[in-house]
Amino acid sequence: MAVELFLPPQNSKGPALPLFLEPVPAGFPSPAQDYVEKTLDLNELCIQHPAATFFVRAQGESMTEAGIYPDDVLVVDRSLTARHGDIVIAVWHGELTVKKLETRPQPRLVAMNKTFPVIEVPEGVELEIFGVVTTVVHRVRQP
Amino acid sequence: MSRIALVDCNNFYASCERLFRPDLRGRPLVVLSNNDGCVVARSPEAKALGVGMAVPAWQVRELLRRHDMAVFSSNYSLYADISERVMITLESLAPRVEIYSIDEAFLPLPEFLPGGESHEQLARRICERVKQWTGIQVSVGMAGTRTLAKLATVAAKRYVATQGVVVLEDPSRTQRLLQLMPVEEVWGVGRRLAPQLQRLGIKTAWELSRRSPRAMGRRFSVNLERTIRELNGEACLDMETAPSPRQQVLCSRSFSHRVTDYAALREAVCHYAVRAAEKLREQQQLARRVTVFIRTGAYQSDERHYANSATAPIERPSSDSRALSHQAARLFDSLWRDGFRYAKAGVVLTDLSSVHCCQHGLFDALSSQPHQPGLMRALDDLNRGGRHQVWFGSEGIVRDWRMRREHLSPAYTTRWDEIPRVG
Repeated sequence: MAVELFLPPQNSKGPALPLFLEPVPAGFPSPAQDYVEKTLDLNELCIQHPAATFFVRAQGESMTEAGIYPDDVLVVDRSLTARHGDIVIAVWHGELTVKKLETRPQPRLVAMNKTFPVIEVPEGVELEIFGVVTTVVHRVRQP
Repeated sequence: MSRIALVDCNNFYASCERLFRPDLRGRPLVVLSNNDGCVVARSPEAKALGVGMAVPAWQVRELLRRHDMAVFSSNYSLYADISERVMITLESLAPRVEIYSIDEAFLPLPEFLPGGESHEQLARRICERVKQWTGIQVSVGMAGTRTLAKLATVAAKRYVATQGVVVLEDPSRTQRLLQLMPVEEVWGVGRRLAPQLQRLGIKTAWELSRRSPRAMGRRFSVNLERTIRELNGEACLDMETAPSPRQQVLCSRSFSHRVTDYAALREAVCHYAVRAAEKLREQQQLARRVTVFIRTGAYQSDERHYANSATAPIERPSSDSRALSHQAARLFDSLWRDGFRYAKAGVVLTDLSSVHCCQHGLFDALSSQPHQPGLMRALDDLNRGGRHQVWFGSEGIVRDWRMRREHLSPAYTTRWDEIPRVG
């Protein structure tokens, strides 16, 4: 029987509190003690808002100068408001696309590869941002 | 006076299907039940084109083709994952979140909110944050009771001018809403009771609210008595007594104190599965999918956070406590992590079908026999203990049983090899 395990991001409450901030009832070890020294968790490093974080896989060469190569996994945080210069997942012509967002002087989506054209967002057209890319997972050793 | 908010996801299944498919915006979309048998969800465009709820797929096939509608098989893993995200987002906004169904939650709120925020402002913030974080549009209804909050949410969905939020504070506004609402829209009234009430001249929620709760309670049921009291602002329904949603059965509780013990949490999960199975049998339904979720406290707290859920099908639609709790326990084992202080757990049964009209599709090659309760009982007796010694020949000897899901979208959020590809 197939078990579909959900793999939503977990454990990203940020660094654990130092022990001395926890009130310790005399006689019993604080349950928090277990958490102070723990195995490092990549989720904590890459994910700030688990409920708002999605993973997508990069396709194509348009972002190689940003260090994004085909088949890389991108960590996308929807809770962040996109700023000038962010790498974003944008909705363009009914598709999701990863590009650098420039908001000034004119809003546009810039590929990080000179051989790809810049997408100028015409005036009056609302650019929809799916989320902001925060981290790229790039495997260097081929399986 | 304390308030209760109902947060309800708009066209939840259809919205999940569109989340990673911007090309499907504006295109009518339907979601089919297991075995692609009948329509279980519709986008607003599909509703407008006259696709009915729960109609067999073959009946609307021509309509779907004519309007080039997008058709999806139920992707329960996707819906459960997005639902979990919505609920966690809500937990970041409200002190208490009572998950009512896969796409609805009640938020009991204090009279005064932190920072002097008004209830209306909070409701708008809920809509904005859930939309931004998860991509799901929600409607929010707020009132003094659950029944009124439910009606407020209906209004928030129906009337565009509300922008998805209706907060009932002023009694005259409540009266106007009740006068607008047909009595069958009232929570717990439903299709069976509505005609009887209409015969008594009760056509709107307002007319129902004017009746004597006690007299109506004697004549109909204690539930109707509670409903009338609730319509008058007297809170008397909680998660136990509330009418249960139709498309899934959910049993979930926040613990009175944090649970850190594997055995204790596992027992709780099994207990919820048994309770959910009881509800299922009460409604004379069968479930084919079990979801288990466990989580620690809300985000603002200083505890280390862990939240996860798992979903798996069971071999045959069932309402058997043992089958369902067995599966729940297995799923729980895959979720458990040591060293966390768990605050909440729950079991959701989805992919429901009626005991009476098992919806085998027109194209369904498997076990098309109508349900025979006697036979089922005998079968249950023989199969007691989950040994599955007897089954239908049509199910196959090699039990590599797969349901028909021809239009299934990818597991966008739950399998690495199926995450969305972005150019």
